[in-house]
Amino acid sequence: MTPDEKKQLQLTAVHIREGVLTGTHAAKAGHPGGSLSAADLLAYLYFKELRVDPKNPEWEDRDRFVLSKGHAAPALYAALALRGFFPEDELTTLRRIGSRLQGHPNMNLIPGVDMSTGSLGQGVSAAAGMALAAKRQGKDLRVYALLGDGETQEGEVWEALMFVRHYKLDNLCVIIDNNGLQIDGKISDVMDPNPIPDKLRAFGFAVTEIDGHDFEQIEAAFARAKATKGVPFAIVMKTVKGKGVSYMENQAGWHGKAPNDEEYEAAMKELRAQLAGLEAQ
Amino acid sequence: MADVKKIATRDSYGAALVELGAEHEDLIVFDADLAGSTKTGMFRKAYPDRHFNCGIAEGNMMAVAAGAAAMGMVAFASSFAMFASGRAFEQVRNSIGYPRLNVKIGATHGGISVGEDGASHQCCEDFALMRSIPGMVVMCPADDVEARAAVKAAYEYDGPVYLRFGRLAIPVFHDENYEFQIGRGEVLHDGDDVAVIATGLMTYEALKAADALKERGVGARVINLCTIKPLDEELVLKAARECGKIVTCEEHSVIGGLGEAVCSLLSEKCPTPVRRIGVNDEFGHSGPASALLEQFGLSAEHIAEVAAEMAAK
Repeated sequence: MTPDEKKQLQLTAVHIREGVLTGTHAAKAGHPGGSLSAADLLAYLYFKELRVDPKNPEWEDRDRFVLSKGHAAPALYAALALRGFFPEDELTTLRRIGSRLQGHPNMNLIPGVDMSTGSLGQGVSAAAGMALAAKRQGKDLRVYALLGDGETQEGEVWEALMFVRHYKLDNLCVIIDNNGLQIDGKISDVMDPNPIPDKLRAFGFAVTEIDGHDFEQIEAAFARAKATKGVPFAIVMKTVKGKGVSYMENQAGWHGKAPNDEEYEAAMKELRAQLAGLEAQ
Repeated sequence: MADVKKIATRDSYGAALVELGAEHEDLIVFDADLAGSTKTGMFRKAYPDRHFNCGIAEGNMMAVAAGAAAMGMVAFASSFAMFASGRAFEQVRNSIGYPRLNVKIGATHGGISVGEDGASHQCCEDFALMRSIPGMVVMCPADDVEARAAVKAAYEYDGPVYLRFGRLAIPVFHDENYEFQIGRGEVLHDGDDVAVIATGLMTYEALKAADALKERGVGARVINLCTIKPLDEELVLKAARECGKIVTCEEHSVIGGLGEAVCSLLSEKCPTPVRRIGVNDEFGHSGPASALLEQFGLSAEHIAEVAAEMAAK
């Protein structure tokens, strides 16, 4: 990754964060915390990793991305809009009556959304079905599923992971957004799923642990994922819930709460400063 | 109607899958450790590379099938009705129904005719659960011919379908020229004194009841409704207008199934007295299927009795 590429990705991630804030502020609802923790990964996926075409969102041979943690929809919508799947100004319609931007993603409404999600645990199963079908169809495409760490409390996640290993779905990359928090508090206090990487290894996965806000580490992890054959691959990325907005960082309270006008202005000011800092590099 | 051939509709399901599999490469089948019982094992034997056992994990199976359908495959997913519609309800609702994906749920061992396994496996709630999902087609074939036709129609239909099949071998009364259409019922026996609307294995019982009623001078119109949703409203309303009295028959709870679907329609469009024959808000129990059907009033005798009472009013 060149310094310029890295800078562009960092800028894109900040723009995704702006989209998250703008959407949830306009909606007066939504999930900023887990959207912000996933913003860097989504920037990398949509601007570097995924073979997708905004001009032809239904392209059959495209890579697939399933946001199993569907409540991070504001970040997905921002990434898709920035990538050109739909106009950016639509982000302010999040959660409004008549908007395509439902509280959780609907594949039949928004170009670029590959699976309707929102009920935790199901997206990873659907991604497994996609990976299986792609193999069956002889398609050389990859499937990516992003899960929350709290989401691993759902038994279905482990049913799906068993399935992925059993059918050797090495065209699927499972990514866990390990921000350590869920609505009711720390994942370790609510219902401790740790150690997640060890559990994944016990389920037959090759696992890589990275900093989910470091683009070089994200790039290396995806390269390892693609080079791994015969066994499924998982990335457990340590992240900060609310990343990029100082008062939201590591606060479970910002899981499902929108910023008010003052908070929004403060957050946007911080993000603008981050953009200026990056531009000045 | 003695000495008719008997086939369980789960066997018809397996046979139909094998037949469709020969013509359609995009058809794949998922099962949850019950391939021998659901009869998807017949498909596995014919096309081992297109049959995927998901293990005992029905919720995952439904969402996996949804993912495969999102890739353009026609995915059949099978388990017992209890687990396909009950255990996996939320996956069916959110990952298949809401995105309207092309998954066909082949649910076998519906109703109390599961028999000896008892209440934990006797699903009398699946019509209610599946009917409540927007856009879900719900079918319950009455014999082998109809079951094979329904599987074929489900394959050709673009969208989610729930098919309920039985464990018990039941009489085959349709001939091979039967023209099946999703959402279209059929009149099997003419009469204007009372209409008996039935689905699944109750249809043959209704036919036997109509013969008995005829001897007693009661003309019963027997209607077979394989498709419970969408309901053949025209046929039901016509029966209500011409017969004035309706009896519904299903191997399902009287709550939420065919009977309630008919009542809902009639209360709004043609208020008509209705008696619902089904399982009366109670759990089943172990026993031979035939004895259970008798005990729960799911028999030609009980239908004839209720229909005669209705006709006499």
